[in-house]
Amino acid sequence: MEAITDFVSAIVLLLNFIVVPGLSYGSQLALGALGITLVFGILRFANFAHGDTMAFGTMMTILVTWWLQSKGVNLGPLPTALLALPAGIAATILLLVVTDKTVYRYYRHSKAVPVTFMIASMGVMFMTNGIVRFVIGPNDQRFLDGERFIVSARNFKSMTGLSEGLSIKVSQGLTIVVAIILVALLFWFLQKTRTGKAMRAYSDNEDLALLSGVDPDRVVLVTWIITAILATIAGTLYGLDKSFKPFTYLQLLLPMFAAAIVGGIGNPIGAIVGGYVIAFSEVMVTYAYKKVFVYLLPQSLEPQGLLQLLSTDYKFAVSFVILVLVLLVRPTGILKGKVL
Amino acid sequence: MSNTLKTQLAFAVIALLLVIIGLVQSWNVSLGILNLCLISAVMALGVNMQWGYAGLLNVGVMGFAALGGMSAVLVSQAPIAEAWQASWVRMLIAALCFAATIAVSIVCYRKLAAGRNRNLALALVIIGGLALTRFFFDPAVTAIESIEPAKTGFLGGMGLPIIFSWGFGGIVAAGIAWCIGKVALGLRADYLAIATLGISEIILAVLKNEDWLTRGVKNVTGLSRPVPYEIDLQTTTWFIDFIRWWHSGALVVLNEAEQPAALKQFVIDGSSIFVKLCYTGLFAGVLVVILLLSVKALNSPWGRMMRAIRDNEIAAGAMGKDVTRRHLQIFIIGSAVIGVAGAMLTTLDGQFTPTSYQPLRFTFLIWVMVIVGGSGNNMGSVLGGFLIWLVWIEAEPIGVWLMAFGTGWLDESNAIRIHLIENAQHMRLFFMGLVLLLVLRFSPGGILPEVVRKQGS
Repeated sequence: MEAITDFVSAIVLLLNFIVVPGLSYGSQLALGALGITLVFGILRFANFAHGDTMAFGTMMTILVTWWLQSKGVNLGPLPTALLALPAGIAATILLLVVTDKTVYRYYRHSKAVPVTFMIASMGVMFMTNGIVRFVIGPNDQRFLDGERFIVSARNFKSMTGLSEGLSIKVSQGLTIVVAIILVALLFWFLQKTRTGKAMRAYSDNEDLALLSGVDPDRVVLVTWIITAILATIAGTLYGLDKSFKPFTYLQLLLPMFAAAIVGGIGNPIGAIVGGYVIAFSEVMVTYAYKKVFVYLLPQSLEPQGLLQLLSTDYKFAVSFVILVLVLLVRPTGILKGKVL
Repeated sequence: MSNTLKTQLAFAVIALLLVIIGLVQSWNVSLGILNLCLISAVMALGVNMQWGYAGLLNVGVMGFAALGGMSAVLVSQAPIAEAWQASWVRMLIAALCFAATIAVSIVCYRKLAAGRNRNLALALVIIGGLALTRFFFDPAVTAIESIEPAKTGFLGGMGLPIIFSWGFGGIVAAGIAWCIGKVALGLRADYLAIATLGISEIILAVLKNEDWLTRGVKNVTGLSRPVPYEIDLQTTTWFIDFIRWWHSGALVVLNEAEQPAALKQFVIDGSSIFVKLCYTGLFAGVLVVILLLSVKALNSPWGRMMRAIRDNEIAAGAMGKDVTRRHLQIFIIGSAVIGVAGAMLTTLDGQFTPTSYQPLRFTFLIWVMVIVGGSGNNMGSVLGGFLIWLVWIEAEPIGVWLMAFGTGWLDESNAIRIHLIENAQHMRLFFMGLVLLLVLRFSPGGILPEVVRKQGS
C-alpha cells in the first residue's frame, strides 16, 4: 500500500511542479510565437518588437483593469482583466496598424531586404518600450484579482490524504482554456474563411497570390490585427500568471523566437508545438528531482544531491541550446516551416 | 558637401556641444560624457566591422562587452591562494574531463556514420562526460565559494595591472566568438541575429551564476585603476603647486584668510578632472589605434574583398573567396574590439556588476550608433558613438526640464505632472527609436555614408 501511495505522490509532485506550470507557460509562449510566426510568414521578417507589443497590450489592459476596479466592477472569481482585454486589444491593433502605415509599408513597397525590416523593427521596439515605461513605469505591477486557486495545495491534501499537494492557479487554468479557444478560432479562420485562405496563399507564394487577385494590403492588415489579438492575450495571461514588468517582456522575445523556429517558422502548428517544447524543457531541466526519487526509490538508494540538471537561472540557455540544436540538425524546424 | 568637410563639421558640432555642457553643467560632467563617448565609439567600430564591412548581424554585443568586463576582474584582482589550494586538483580534473568530453564527441561526430547509432553514441558521451565533469566540479565550486563568501568566495584573478585586461578582454571575446561563429555563422541573417541575441543572454546567465568565477551577482567592486586616485593627488605636492599656478589669477584676488579654503576646493575639483583627463587620454589612444587600423584594413584588398562578399556572397564565392572563413574572421575581429571596449568600460566604472548589462543599453543602443553614424564608414561609427551617447545622456535632464516646463501650468502636487516628470527619463528610449527610424527611412546610409570608390577616382 505504501508503495502505491509513494508512487502517486511522485506523480502528483511531477504534475504540480512540471506539468501544470509547463502547460500554462507553454500556452503563453505558443500564443506569442504564433504572432511571430504569422508576421514572418506574411511580412517575411523576424519581428524584434513583438515582446514590446505584448508589453504594450498588457499595459493597456492593466490600465483599463485598474479603472474598472476603481468603479467597483469585477467578474467574481475570475480576474477583472478579462473584461478589460477587448480595450487592450483595440489599443494594440491601433498601435500595430499605425506602425505598419508609418514604418513597414514604405519598406514593403520599396521591396527592401528582410534585414532592413528587422532593423526597423528594432526602432519600433525602442519606441514601444519607451512608451510603456513612460506610461506605467519600469517596475512590477500586479493586477490579478478574484479567486486565486482552482485547487489549492491544502484542499488537495485534505481531499486525497496524500502528503504532496497539487495546486492549480486560476490564472493557469484560464491560460490553458483561453489558449485552446484562441488556437481553435485561429485555425478555423485560416482554414475556412476567404481571408484566411488568402493569407495562406500569400504566405505560400506571394506572386501567385497577387495574380489570383489577393489584396496584399488587406492581408497585411488582417495579419497585424491577429498579431495584436494574440500578443495582447498572451501578454495579459503571462502578467496574470507571474507579474507585469516591461523588462521581462523584452526577455520573453528569446524563448518566443526559439519556439517559433523550433516548431518551424511560418507554420502555426509548429509555433504551438515549439512553445510547449521550449516551456517543458525549461521547466524539466531546471527542476530538482530529489523528492521524486525519494518517493520512488527504496530508502537505501536515496539520492544525495538535489538532482537538478541546471540552476533555474539558466532557463534562457535551455531554450537557446534547443534552438541551436534544431538549427543544426533540422533547419526547417520540427514541423516543416520555411527555410529562411 | 564633401564627406571630409561633413566629418569635420560633425565633429566640430560634437566638440561644441561638449564645451557647452562643460560651461553650463560642469567640466566634470562633460569629461565623464566624453569618456563614455570614446568607449561607445570603440564598441560601434567593432559592430561596424561585422555589419558595415561584412553584413553580419550581431545582436549579441552585450555578451562580448560583458566578457570584456569579466576579464578586467580576472586580470586585476589578486589571486585567492586559499581558494586555489582548496580546489585546484578537482578543478583541473573537471577541466580535463570537460575537454575530453568535447574531444570525444567531436571524434564520434566525425568518425561514425550519420544515423541513429551516431546520435545515440553522441548523447551517451555528452551526458556521461558532463556527469563526470560535475562530479569533480561541484565539490570544487563548493570549496571555493565557502572561503570568506562575504568578501571573496571566488578564485580571484592574476593580480596584474588592470590595463592588461583591455588586451585580455579582446582575446577572451575573440575566443568565444570563434566558438559561436563555428556554430552560428552558417545561418542566414535573421537566424544569426536571434542566435547571437540568445548567446549574449547565456553569457550573462553564466556570469551571474558562476560565483566561483566572478562572484556572480555579489559583484566585484574596488577594481584597481590605471590612473592615480583623486585622494592621493590631493596630497601630492606637485599637483597642488600645479593647481595653485593654474588658478593663480583667481587666488590672488582673495585675501590671506580665504586662500587656503579656496585652494582646497580647487584641488578637489582639479583632481577629479585630472583623473578623468587621464582616462580620456588612454581611451582616445585605444580609439585612435583601432580607428587607424580599421581605416587601413577597409581600404586594403582585404577590405575590398569583405565588401564584395557583403554585396554578393555568391559572386564572391565564385571568384574563389572563402566566404565562411572570411565571415568567421571578421566576426572574431569585431567581437574582440567589442571585448576591448567592454574591459575599458569596467575599468572606468571600477566595478563589475553583471546585472547592469541590459540588451537595450548594450546591444541595441550600439546598433543605433552604427546605423545613425553610417554603416560601412569608420568615421561614421565613431561619430555615431559620440552623438548617440551625448543624446542618450543629455536627453534625461532635457526631457525632465521640458516636462517640467510643459506642465508648468499644472499645480506642483498634480499627480499627472509628478508622473510625467518622474517618467520623463524613459522618453529617451522612444526618442532613440524615432531617430533610428528616421535615419533608416530618409538617409539609409547614415550621417556619414559609406564611401564607395569607383575605379579611377
